[in-house]
Parts: sequence; C-alpha cells; structure tokens
Amino acid sequence: MSPFAATFRRELALLWAGGGALAPLGYFFGATMLVPLAMGPDRALLEVAGPPLVWIAAALAMLAMLERLFQADLEDGSLDQMLLSPAPLELIVFAKGAALWVAIGLPLAIAGAPVAIALQAPLERVPLIVASLALGTAAFVGAGLIGAALTASVKRAGVLLALIVLPLFAPPVIFGASVASGEDVGAALTILTACALAGAALGPIAAAAALRLQAE
Amino acid sequence: MFAFLANPARFMAFSAWAAPVLLAGALILFAAGIPWALFYSPPDYQMGDTARIMYIHVPAAWWSMGVFAFMVGASFVSLVWRHVLADVAARAAAPVGAVFAAICLVTGSLWGAPTWGTWWEWDGRMTSMLVLFVTYLGYIALWSAIEDEERAARLAAILCLVGAINLPIVKFSVDWWSTLHQPASIMRSGGSAIHAEMLGPLLTMAGAYLLLFGALTLMNMRSAIFRRRVENAELRKAQS
Amino acid sequence: MSARGPFQDKPSLRVEALALSRGGRVLFEDLSFAAASGAYVEVQGSNGSGKTSLLRALAGLLRPRSGVIAIEGVDEPAVALHYIGHANALKREAKVREHLHYWAGLLGGAPSEDFVSKMLDLGRVLKLPVRVLSQGQARRLALARLIVAPRPIWLLDEPAAALDASGKAVLNELIASHRASGGIVVAAVHEPLGAPPSQTLRVSR
Repeated sequence: MSPFAATFRRELALLWAGGGALAPLGYFFGATMLVPLAMGPDRALLEVAGPPLVWIAAALAMLAMLERLFQADLEDGSLDQMLLSPAPLELIVFAKGAALWVAIGLPLAIAGAPVAIALQAPLERVPLIVASLALGTAAFVGAGLIGAALTASVKRAGVLLALIVLPLFAPPVIFGASVASGEDVGAALTILTACALAGAALGPIAAAAALRLQAE
Repeated sequence: MFAFLANPARFMAFSAWAAPVLLAGALILFAAGIPWALFYSPPDYQMGDTARIMYIHVPAAWWSMGVFAFMVGASFVSLVWRHVLADVAARAAAPVGAVFAAICLVTGSLWGAPTWGTWWEWDGRMTSMLVLFVTYLGYIALWSAIEDEERAARLAAILCLVGAINLPIVKFSVDWWSTLHQPASIMRSGGSAIHAEMLGPLLTMAGAYLLLFGALTLMNMRSAIFRRRVENAELRKAQS
Repeated sequence: MSARGPFQDKPSLRVEALALSRGGRVLFEDLSFAAASGAYVEVQGSNGSGKTSLLRALAGLLRPRSGVIAIEGVDEPAVALHYIGHANALKREAKVREHLHYWAGLLGGAPSEDFVSKMLDLGRVLKLPVRVLSQGQARRLALARLIVAPRPIWLLDEPAAALDASGKAVLNELIASHRASGGIVVAAVHEPLGAPPSQTLRVSR
C-alpha cells in the first residue's frame, strides 16, 4: 500500500468512525430548514431565490468539519509520522482532502437533490445542482485544508477558521449558485470545475507548507 | 535601500525621523486635498456635489489594495529569507490597509445613499472590496491567535499569499456575478470618466493616503520592535 | 528473526555546531557529536533542556538556528529516520492492527503482525481499538513502528516511559539487535535504559 492509499483508507475509516457524514448532513438539512422559516413559504419567492441558498447550507456544513482536520494529528504526533513518510507531505494532505470529499462532500452533493427540490428548484435542474455541489464541495475542501492547517495549533479555532476560509469559498459559491438558479449554467460549471481543480492542486501545497511550520 | 534598512538598529534610527516627516507630509496633503476636493473641484455632471466623496473613496480603494500588495511582498520576504523586519512590516501594515478598506466601504455606502436610494449597493467593486476587508480581518486575527511570534509570522505570510491568489479570482468571479445580476447599470460606482480638473485633487488625496500609510506603518513597526525588546529583556531576566 | 536486515552501507550521523531555539528561548548553541554505525547515544539533560528539541531537529521536524546535521551512508535519505516522540501517534478509535497496516503503508514496510504481536506482546489486543489499551500497551504499539519499517537511524524520546520491566526488556532487545545490524540509536532518557551507551550527550545551555 502506498502512503497515499494508506492515508486515504485511514482517513475514510476515521471519518466513518467519527459519525461519517451524519453530522454534516444534519447541519445541511437544518440550515436548509431555516431558509423558508426566514423567507416565508411563498412558493413564487422560493422558486426565484431558494435554490442558490443550498450553497450557503453546504458551505456551513463543510465548515463544521474543518476544525479538527489537522488539530488531532498535530496533538497526537501523527503529523510527525506523516513528515517522516517518503511521500511528500503535499500528497498525504491531498489524500486527507480526498477522503474528506468522498466521505462528506459527495454525500452533501447527493443530499443537495432533496434540498434543492425543497427549495423549489425545477426538477430538470436538480442533476446539474448535484454535479455542481460535487465540484463545489471539492473546492471547499481545498480551501478548508488551508484554513485547517493554518489554525491547527489554535484552540477553539472555529471562528478564526471561518474568517480565513470564507473569502476562499466566495468564488465556488458564486458559480455554484449560478447553476442553481439556472443562469449561464455552462460557463458556471466550467469555471466551477476550474475552482475545484485549483483547490485540489493549491490547497495541499499551501496546507503542507503551513503544517511543516506547525510541526516545528 | 531595503538592505540598508534591514538592520533593525538602523531601521529604528531611520524611522525615528521618517515617521513624523511622513505624518507631517500626509497632514499637509490632506489639508490641501480635502478643501480642493470638497470646494474647488468641478461637480460631477451626473451626480452633482455628492460625487465629491469620490475623492475620499477612490484613493482609499486604491491604497487598500496597494497596502495588501505591500504585505504580499513582505510576506514573500518573510518566507524566503525569514527576516524579522519583513514580519513586523507585514503585520504593521495590515490594520492600515483594513481601515482604508473600511473607509472605502463606508464612503461607498454614503455615496450610494443619495445616488441610488440605498445604504448599500452590491455592485462588483464593493463586493470585492468587502471580500478584501474580510481577508484583512482574517489575517489580523490569525496573527493574534498564535502565541509563537515566529510561527505566527510564517503562517500569516502563507495566508497573505493565499489571499493574493484568491483576490483576483474573487474579482473575476464577482464581476461575472454582477454582470449576471445587473445587466443594465447606469450608475456604476466608478462614475463618469475622470476629467483633467479632477486629477489634481484626486492625486493629492492619493498622495496623502500613501504618506499616511507610510507614517502609520512605520509607527506600528516601531512600537512592535519596542515591545519585542521589552519582552526579550523580560525573557532574559526570567532565565538568568 | 529480525524483521530488519543488516544495513548495507554503514549509516553515520554527524552534528556540528548545532544551535536551537524554541519560542524565542535559546536552548543550546554549538552542540557537536558524531555517531557511527552500531552506536547508541544517550542524551541526558534536565527537563526543558532541549532533549526533545534536539531529537526533533535530528528528525528534520524542527529547523535549527544554525549548524549542520549530516546523515551519511544510507540508501535512501527519505527513509533514514524513525522518530518516537512523547506522543504515540495513535488514533483512539482505530484498531491496533489498523495502525500497523497504516504505518507500513505510510512509512514503507510490512505490517509484520505476527512478529509484532510476539515481540511486543500485543497479540491479545490486535483487533481492539486503541482506546482500550493501557499506557504501557500504547507505548509498545508506538514502538512497533520500529519493527514495521526498517530504517537505520532511531531517534527515541523517553522510549521507556510507561513501560514495565518486561516492556523495557523488549525495548533493550530491539535496540541491541538494531545496533548489531549496524543501525544507530539516539535516545533521550531520564534514567539508563539497560545496555550501556557507546556515548553520552549532555544537553544544557
């Protein structure tokens, strides 16, 4: 087993043991529930404004998973062992991010289907919304890796982490919401893909640089 | 010049006179620029006198980005050469840049109220500026949250570089978003083209902001260095 | 049978004029020593003197202020070092054997479940999650990394902490056979482990 595979498998197992996607999904549905409570159940209004709000709920749900991402590894000495691996830390961090996306991001994307329907999205748009959420959560993971690595040594870093990560969430939210509201879908999906790829490539690099500093 | 100033002792000697000089220069330029802008420049043909707030708003916008660019340079030096003064400079500049961004946001809001009838207008530039402001806040907060100063400096430097990559992407995204949602916008926050007569007060104010940034950043750096000296002395005392 | 073969080239560790600081405090300056194949270096010093920081610097985790750390005579520099710190690097919810497999993949080696179970007396707990282990068992699991991945230089920070007499005996056996294979052991200890060190290093300002 390569260091990448070993890390990926372990992270999946740990996420699963920690409740898996249960809590983030609960957060996702809970945040969605607040939307009509805040806006009123008027269908016409929700049809216009509702679908993009799935992105707010997805961003919040993802944020909730980020705080302990590297904190535990820093505290229990696992980060040291990652640094001693023959594989570059960037690759190991990428494996952690990939596991986070598979275990949390994809379930959120799939759960986006019932959420979008609840927010009055037209049925034909739902598959695109799910696809865009899959890409968007990948971009969120990339940004989240950076925020989690920078704040790994800070106790109760939730708010600070959100402050750092939210400007990085802005582009995926903009393009994902555009898909959700059916405007310029083709261009939006293309750029969203670019955001996901950029997050996947740059997130581990910046996160690894920060983690090396945290280990010192 | 930077190599000369890189020595902390020489920097302190330089900044001891440079900071007050820059501050005086800034005050002079503000004293010249503000009356010029508010009373002696031509009113904007579309928005009349309320457009005069542009002279406060536009330079603040320019320099809020300029300060961030300065921080990016300092962060780069901090990561590559690990120089203490680069760390101090980046941290010292951040609150100045954040305040400039806040001034830009507030004046933009005030400008919008009589012009568009709303206290906040989500156009491309203001939204990007808001993201820049939040980025500043995150940077300042990260510095405060980490106890080890050296580690804080490097981590903040990484955050600043990440922000530098993010901000053009945000600008692109927000422009895309604003054309999507506001196809026909007659009054953009940039207003009409800048006439030659407007350049005078505008550049004066821009110069004033620049000198103010220089003065405030030097002053912040000096107090940071003084604080470090005190802390080092306390540390030595505790160890002896 | 030892899970690690003899190290073909003779590994050597050389430190020159090393200066370390932590949190603005200078720990030591101008530390030098050399260890040849088969050496066991015992690092002594009072609490907070910098023993842990020295080991972390040797492991490449901590950047020194100045000085040279040279590791020579190893096939692959990327897998030259083991570092067993104070923390065991265990995940409470993961099972013991999952740790062995993870380390084998991460560090490059073989899980060697049977050998590890016999050597470190972890057979009974192989399929149990780490949270049910005692301190001593947890420490022994951390030491299993030494068996799982063969690496010439061992950096051990108080390896015997929480170990009982039989645990210490096993640790000594591991160190002895590693030295016999040509490996190097650098250990920070409060009290002697057992076998006499080939050299002692005192860390102080």
